[in-house]
Amino acid sequence: MKLKIEFGGGLELLFLNQRTHLIVIPSTVPQGDKNGQPGQPVDINFLVHWLKDNLLKERPELFIENGTVRPGILVLVNDTDWELEGEGGYQLKEDDEIVFISTLHGG
Amino acid sequence: MAPKSCALCQNAKAILRRPKTGQQICKDCFFRVFETEVHNTITEAQLFKPGDRVAIGASGGKDSTVLAYVMKTLNERYQYGLSLFLLSIDEGITGYRDNSLETVKRNQQQYDMPLKILSYDELYGWTMDRVVSTIGKKNNCTFCGVFRRQALDRGAASLCVDHIVTGHNADDIAETVLMNIMRGDIARLGRCTAICTQGEDTIRRSKPFKYAYEKEIVMYAYFKKLDYFSTECIYSPDAYRGHARAFLKDLEAARPSAIIDIIHSGEAFEVKDEVRATQKTQQTCKRCGYMSSNDLCKACSLLEGLERGMSTAAISDKGRRKLEAEGPAPNNLRTIPYFRPPTTVTIEVPAASQ
Ligand SMILES: [Zn+2]
Ligand SMILES: [Zn+2]
Repeated sequence: MKLKIEFGGGLELLFLNQRTHLIVIPSTVPQGDKNGQPGQPVDINFLVHWLKDNLLKERPELFIENGTVRPGILVLVNDTDWELEGEGGYQLKEDDEIVFISTLHGG
Repeated sequence: MAPKSCALCQNAKAILRRPKTGQQICKDCFFRVFETEVHNTITEAQLFKPGDRVAIGASGGKDSTVLAYVMKTLNERYQYGLSLFLLSIDEGITGYRDNSLETVKRNQQQYDMPLKILSYDELYGWTMDRVVSTIGKKNNCTFCGVFRRQALDRGAASLCVDHIVTGHNADDIAETVLMNIMRGDIARLGRCTAICTQGEDTIRRSKPFKYAYEKEIVMYAYFKKLDYFSTECIYSPDAYRGHARAFLKDLEAARPSAIIDIIHSGEAFEVKDEVRATQKTQQTCKRCGYMSSNDLCKACSLLEGLERGMSTAAISDKGRRKLEAEGPAPNNLRTIPYFRPPTTVTIEVPAASQ
């Protein structure tokens, strides 16, 4: 499944200092993957772990906490606040655009 | 999940859940309520009067960038009659402030506001890079904080402004309330929720975003595609504030109204007069004329310590005694230019302005 990922608010510094990433991830949780029920459709929490394992270059604690994104990071799903979309449990679809913005960097 | 419609206009698709109210609202309604709430904060506290010259303390970061944009929008929409300026302080931090100043310069073009940049180097003769290479990373935030406060006032004085507005938001204020409670700093607790502060001689400062949530500020910048800079200062992993911030974000995740609730409890604290009286009376610094609670202002003490190679002089009593034991300050000591509070500017102000 193809996704467009965007990082902002300083979070891009953890991801090769690159704001936009086009990625391809499995559409269901692979066998033996601990980040979800194998065979189930993938959700944002799965994506967060996938990003940590495959794209994150440094300081994972600034991105992930207790199995989901750290408090203080805003997430948008196709330009909508993820709080309206089921947060970490939102089931990803082909060509979704997911934006992560840190609010924790200076004003 | 089916798209939800906006709780305010019942029409467009909701794009945001407001942390303050839990309401799900559309983009246009979000812009309108965000701006209107800031306008209400400004009018209820009577922050400005027509003809005021107002400097926006601009760092290039999200809060001050959104503040500049919203101040410009409201000034035009509601005809505040303000002259707006951008005021930036260049601490001299390579790889951090130089990049964020580029953002401020773009904001100057985008918002069509005059920009004044005042550097530590021209005011104090020291960049933060040089301070850190001399004293290390231990107390550098003390230097930077004292220097910035005074630099902002001096920059504002040179622009002849009546008022400085800063981008401090509800999260920042709630965090400061928490820190003052944890430290037991009751005198500061009594002051830190004030929307507007004014020392004896310094320029009025206020926080139009006092009730604006950080989440909404960042969302506003995102949906308006505002150009801001975000990197942590390379010298300041302010650990204590970091803990308070992480704690606050956890509280917010459990109950989004926590931030406004903490501000309200901070406001409701009654500080006894005896405690308040421990704030020293203000005088002017004998060396540079800036307001001070001692013969020398903090910036002059810190600068003297740096110049004489005893950087702890203004930080600990022991350091100060050591400095004094070395004798009086030499005549050729570098000092800060004499401070002159802004002279009254002659602008035609409509009568009965408030
Ligand atoms: Zn609406
Ligand atoms: Zn002084």
